[in-house]
Amino acid sequence: MAALHLEAADFKQEVLESKGKVLVDFFATWCGPCRMLSPIIDQLADEVADVKVCKVDIDKAEALAAEYGVEVVPTLIVFENGEVVKSASGVMPKPVILDMLK
Amino acid sequence: MADKVTDIIIIGGGTAGMTAAVYAGRAGRSVKVLEQTIHGGQIINTSHVENFPGFDNIAGFEFATALYDQAVKFGAEFVYEKVTGIEVDGDIKRVLTANGHYDAKAVIIATGARPRPIGVAGEEKFVGRGISFCATCDGAFYKGKTVAVIGGGNTALDDAVVLSQLAEKVYLIHRRQEFRAEKQLVEKVHKPDNIEFILDTVVTGIKGDKRLEALELQNKVTGEKTELAVDGVFVAIGQMPENDVFKNVVEVDSAGYIVAGEDCHTSCPGIFAAGDGRTKKVRQLTTAAADGTIAALAASEYIG
Repeated sequence: MAALHLEAADFKQEVLESKGKVLVDFFATWCGPCRMLSPIIDQLADEVADVKVCKVDIDKAEALAAEYGVEVVPTLIVFENGEVVKSASGVMPKPVILDMLK
Repeated sequence: MADKVTDIIIIGGGTAGMTAAVYAGRAGRSVKVLEQTIHGGQIINTSHVENFPGFDNIAGFEFATALYDQAVKFGAEFVYEKVTGIEVDGDIKRVLTANGHYDAKAVIIATGARPRPIGVAGEEKFVGRGISFCATCDGAFYKGKTVAVIGGGNTALDDAVVLSQLAEKVYLIHRRQEFRAEKQLVEKVHKPDNIEFILDTVVTGIKGDKRLEALELQNKVTGEKTELAVDGVFVAIGQMPENDVFKNVVEVDSAGYIVAGEDCHTSCPGIFAAGDGRTKKVRQLTTAAADGTIAALAASEYIG
C-alpha cells in the first residue's frame, strides 16, 4: 500500500484526529529531492504497520504548509495523537526516518 | 577478525561514486557504496541538466535514479551510514562508520563538496528557517517577499534572476565591486527592476528569533555597519569539500581537497579520490563520471 495522498480538507480527520502516530511528507512536484524520497516514503507505508503514512503536496495545500512552518521541501513531520512530535527537512535515508518514528 | 572483506568500498553515492560502482561491478568486483544521506549527490538539487552528453534535458533526480539503478544492476550494495574515518592496516583498509566498520582491499573517496556556509555564528539554526542554499528548490516559498542573495559567481547571479521573478525585492550582496560570473549573466542580472546591488559588502551576522529576520552587513571600503531586514537569504558563495575525516590517511590541500591527479591516485596506495572532492579545475557532472570510471579501473588494477 502506497502512502495516502491527502488533500488539505482531509488533514484534520486523517492526521489531527488520528490516534497514534502519523508521518506526513510535505513535498512539491517540482522538487528533485522530494522525488528521490517519495519511493522511500511508500516503502515505509508498506513496512511500518503501526504508523499511518501520508503525503501532502504543498502547492495544493499552501495554508497547511504555512501553518506547520514548512519552508523547505521535503519536510517530514511526525504527529502523535494530533500533536507534532518530530520534524526534519531534506532528503534522508530510511533508517533515519525509522528512528524518527520510534 | 573474520569480517568479510569487500573488494572496493566507495565512500559517497553521488555521480562519481555511482559511476565508480558501475565500472567496479562490471569489472567483477564486490562493491559497497557508503552514503550518509541518500544516493544522488548534488545533482538531485538541479532541476534540469542540459549539458550531459547525449541528454539535452534530463531532471537531476532522474539522472541520479537511473545511475543508481545501473549501479545496483551491476551488483553494488548501498549502505546508508556516515563514514567517520579510514584505518590502513597493510593491504586492508578499514572504513569506520557511525554504526561500525567495513573492510576493503581498495577504497574510493567520492564525498564531493557541499555549499559553503556564510560563516557567521548561529547560522545552522536558521537553515530552512530563512537560510537556503538552493534558489530553484526553495524560491517558491518567498513569493512576494524580500530576499537577499550572497555571492558574485554564476550561481549567485542565476539565483538572483530566478528570485526576481518570485520575490518582491532581491538584494544581491557581494564582497567586491565586480562579479566573476559569465558576462551574459552579469547583463541579465541588471535587467530586473527589483534587484538592488549591495557591493563591497560582507555579511557579519544574522538576527532572528524563530526564523531569520535580518542580516548584519559591513561595507569593506568604508567600514560602515548596517542592518538589512529580509525574509530569506540564499547563499551562493561556492562549494567546500568534506574531507576532514580522511586527513590522517591521504594528503589534503589547504582548501581541503584531496591531492590527486587525473589518475585519481592519492598519497596512500589503494585509496583513490574521485569527483568534486579531488584537486582539479573543472567540477562538472561529466568530470565526476570520468573520475568515477578512472578510479574504479585503477582500484581494480591495484587489487590485481
